[in-house]
Amino acid sequence: MNATRTTAAPGRREVVATASTSLEARRRALKARRLRRGWAALGLVVPAAFFYVVFVLRPLALTVQYSLYDWNGVGASTFVGVDNYTRLVEQPELLGSTVNALELIIYFSFVPVILGLLTAATIRKFAASRLALAARTVLFLPQVIPLVAAGIMWTWLLATDGLVNELMRMLGLGSVTRAWLGDTSTALGAVGVIGAWVALGLCLLLLLSGMTKIDPALYEAARIDGAGAVREFFAITLPSVRQEIGVCVTVTVIAALAAFDIVYISTQGGPANSTLVPGLEIYYLGFFSREVGQASALAVVFMVLVLAVVLPIQRLTKEED
Amino acid sequence: MIVSRRERWLGHALLILLMAVTVVPFVSLFVTALHQPGTYPSGLAWPETPYWSNFVDAFQAADMWALLWSSFLIELGVVPAALLIATLAGFSLGHLRPPGHRWIFLGFVLGLTLPFQAIIVPLYYQMRDLQLLNTRWAIILPLLGLYMPFAVMWMRAHFVTMPPDLSEAARIDGANTWNLFTRVHVPLSRPALSSLGILMFLWTWNQFLLAVVLVDDPKNRTMAGALGAFQGQWGTDIPLLCAGSLLILTPTLIVFLAFQRQFVSALMQGALKG
Repeated sequence: MNATRTTAAPGRREVVATASTSLEARRRALKARRLRRGWAALGLVVPAAFFYVVFVLRPLALTVQYSLYDWNGVGASTFVGVDNYTRLVEQPELLGSTVNALELIIYFSFVPVILGLLTAATIRKFAASRLALAARTVLFLPQVIPLVAAGIMWTWLLATDGLVNELMRMLGLGSVTRAWLGDTSTALGAVGVIGAWVALGLCLLLLLSGMTKIDPALYEAARIDGAGAVREFFAITLPSVRQEIGVCVTVTVIAALAAFDIVYISTQGGPANSTLVPGLEIYYLGFFSREVGQASALAVVFMVLVLAVVLPIQRLTKEED
Repeated sequence: MIVSRRERWLGHALLILLMAVTVVPFVSLFVTALHQPGTYPSGLAWPETPYWSNFVDAFQAADMWALLWSSFLIELGVVPAALLIATLAGFSLGHLRPPGHRWIFLGFVLGLTLPFQAIIVPLYYQMRDLQLLNTRWAIILPLLGLYMPFAVMWMRAHFVTMPPDLSEAARIDGANTWNLFTRVHVPLSRPALSSLGILMFLWTWNQFLLAVVLVDDPKNRTMAGALGAFQGQWGTDIPLLCAGSLLILTPTLIVFLAFQRQFVSALMQGALKG
């Protein structure tokens, strides 16, 4: 542009020249300021990035590094390649902890989500009633207290003379009573009940808030077309709360796979490893058996497992956005 | 909306049932806490003579003032600092958008599903090398890092919705980036900040794994971590254990009831964003 202007009006060369330099200077100043602002803006990220890198990313990289070594945490370490990983596959106890974690998904995730869906669909129509508002407060209580407290509470409820067995005796089911957390056939399910108790309130209220956003006209139209409650649920309610279902499933699946507090308090992984989960096994291997390499290999597999389960759920629910 | 009688009845019954299932464990804990120490009470039976003194005994046995003070100090170390640094990062990545902001944000998002157990082993050795084991810093510093994926995402989501015109107007009035941040954007972020603050308060109070692994002394732990030690110590004395558990979970209930509305919406939004 400047070039054409200078050749077209040679007489005003000087004027144009100064104009162009000042324009150039201004542009350069603007660029410099933008650059300075860019650097200043990046500077604002530094504190957050510092803590994240030092206390999350660095340990994450170290986990991968440790997983290739045999180390007891004190003496010298020896490089063993993928030995720790092959031992994971060979030891049934370690593999079993992963299977347990997957089974916990049924209790921690599927049960609260399905029960939450059915309940929310039933009470959707009077979600603004006083009872529903009271439920908002009460059903959130398990979300607020420490999981440790939930564990202690339920350990007592599920004990031989605890409330659950007392109620069963009252109902004439005395023959099925047992120490629910101490029996290899029921322990994992009993731990699952605790997780379901914690998650139900959040799922129910999230799904309910999703359902209250649905246009009532849709339901009226469906009724006119002769749809029953079941058709209504599958044709309108369920598709409309897809995103909320995705959120509930994601949050609760992560809670199931990463279960630690509840298991640690209620069973310590027993009896006979029937409730052992990877989170707890990493803790035992790393801090009791002092097999740092083995613990780290399990941690890497554990992370991959979480991603492998959670990412597809995310993709499924984000599709329509 | 017209609701048939049967539907209304069924819905009410379901809600009442779920509320009962939620509340009965608390009631059972409370009733058990009133029994004679050292006994093995059964079910929901109300004790002949309620031992209210169990609460006093548990309070003293657990050295509850020290536990409360410790949790308070940890909260004080974590929540304000985490809010500040996450807000700075969220403001930068969501509003100023410097070159590379997408990649930096992606880096933070990577940590979103990371379970704490995955990095607890190296974290232990890192804390040992920093000579911070068994101090509250061993909980505070890692939590600041571990909260960043969620906190930065939360604050960025807030700043993305702030119109750029707002900042341009302030710039024309001569504000530099810092003025823009403190005078314009922080005051506008109060709702997002308070929700995030409530969530982080709750997560810190209830943090168990870091407390158990990195801090041996229950008096330097979070409340949940201290409760774990309490169970190990009093596991055989059921009434006292129940009394102690109630004492430790009561503060969370009080905070919850006081900030109920913010709490529920923060938890719901937190779930939606996470």
